[in-house]
Amino acid sequence: MILLASDVPQCYVDNDWICGRYWSEYRPELVDATIQHLWITVVSVLFGFVLAVPLALLARRSPTLESIVVGGTTIIYTIPSLALFSLLLPFTGLTATTVIIGLALYSLTILVRNVLAGLRGVPDEVRESARGVGYSNTQMLLRIEIPLALPVIMAGLRVATVSTVALATIGAIVSYGGLGNLLLLAVGNQFKAQIFAASILCVGLAVVLDLVIVVAQRLLTPWTRHAR
Amino acid sequence: MLGDVLSYLTDGANWSGENGIGAFAVQQLLLTVTALLAALVLGLPPALYLGHRRRGGFLAVNVSNVGRAIPVFAVLLVLALGPIGSDEFGPYGRAGLATLIALVLFALPPLITNTYVGITEVDRGAVEAARGMGMSEMKVFTAVELPLATPVIMNGIRLALVQVWATATIAALVAGPGLGRIITRGFANHRTYEVVAGAVLVALGALLLEALAVLAERYADPMRRARRQQARTTTGAVVGGRG
Repeated sequence: MILLASDVPQCYVDNDWICGRYWSEYRPELVDATIQHLWITVVSVLFGFVLAVPLALLARRSPTLESIVVGGTTIIYTIPSLALFSLLLPFTGLTATTVIIGLALYSLTILVRNVLAGLRGVPDEVRESARGVGYSNTQMLLRIEIPLALPVIMAGLRVATVSTVALATIGAIVSYGGLGNLLLLAVGNQFKAQIFAASILCVGLAVVLDLVIVVAQRLLTPWTRHAR
Repeated sequence: MLGDVLSYLTDGANWSGENGIGAFAVQQLLLTVTALLAALVLGLPPALYLGHRRRGGFLAVNVSNVGRAIPVFAVLLVLALGPIGSDEFGPYGRAGLATLIALVLFALPPLITNTYVGITEVDRGAVEAARGMGMSEMKVFTAVELPLATPVIMNGIRLALVQVWATATIAALVAGPGLGRIITRGFANHRTYEVVAGAVLVALGALLLEALAVLAERYADPMRRARRQQARTTTGAVVGGRG
């Protein structure tokens, strides 16, 4: 394809931050990057959540276990994302798995603490009553404790999701960073319109996912609305 | 693999010179210290004042939510390609100023939120009692609120420190300064052992800083002895951002 000088939009020539033509011409790239960003985020947070619940249940068995779980996850949380992805590189290579394991470990840290805090917030009288009417341990957990802890758990899910969206951009170092890939490409060619578009979409994605969780929480815990 | 990493890290030649580990480590430490100090100077006074007056809670709490949603990488890029530019900046190296600004921006949310929450969560009864005893507002602040809020404020400083170190690492993605450069250089040259060696250095640095901060936290807490007799403290939620 030969592009005539007159075909090149002025905002490309001037390298403007805001360029309408970029959004339409690069729509396929933007859509692909957003979709990759979305699935990496969702899979990572779900993976983190699936690990966090049993860890939290284990941690509340004894103070020693709690300090091991909370301390261990805090150590992981201290490691910067660029370093964590790089440390996983020899094991999982340049794949999405590298990014997903890293991001899941970070969300795990947030989620374990919130699940623990949520379960701890369940009043003892409620537990006693449930025990009195003959609930088993499993029934108590599923029907009493988890529903009552849900607001705190969902709050943790919001924090984990929003920060995972932002962190996923660093996955660009192994070519699986969603919108971060577009950012990394722009380091070389200094394409400002691309940086602006990817940044806006990234923040937008965080806001949308946050709203989705808020709505989900309202639907799952209808009783909290009246309590306030 | 592990052997390659070890021999890379133990080879003195990799530590010396303008692009050696030593120079990058000094650069990153310098960036971290400067940014943390700047963030403390900028963030602590308004957060302490607002906390004392119990005003602006909405702002103080939401600043950390916004801080979490914005990617460090994007901010670094916008700053480096925008008006700040990516020129050499004294001992801070290429894109030094843009990096410093980004570091301060991402250190502020955990600092402001924890400081504000720390001060406002001081027992109202204790504050009222101090006022009732005729303490001046300044005295109430320095003798009651500040000592009682110190653990939470120190926790915010620790989170800010970890965040600054992580952000300084990401600066390398924008061809900026710091230890992350060893990681990006390894990627560029397809030398996995160099990538891993850089990652080990960054991770160890972060853990070392965290450990020092925990020690400082214990040492700085004026209520330490009184608290030790109390029951085990509960596990709080993570308030910090992540880079």
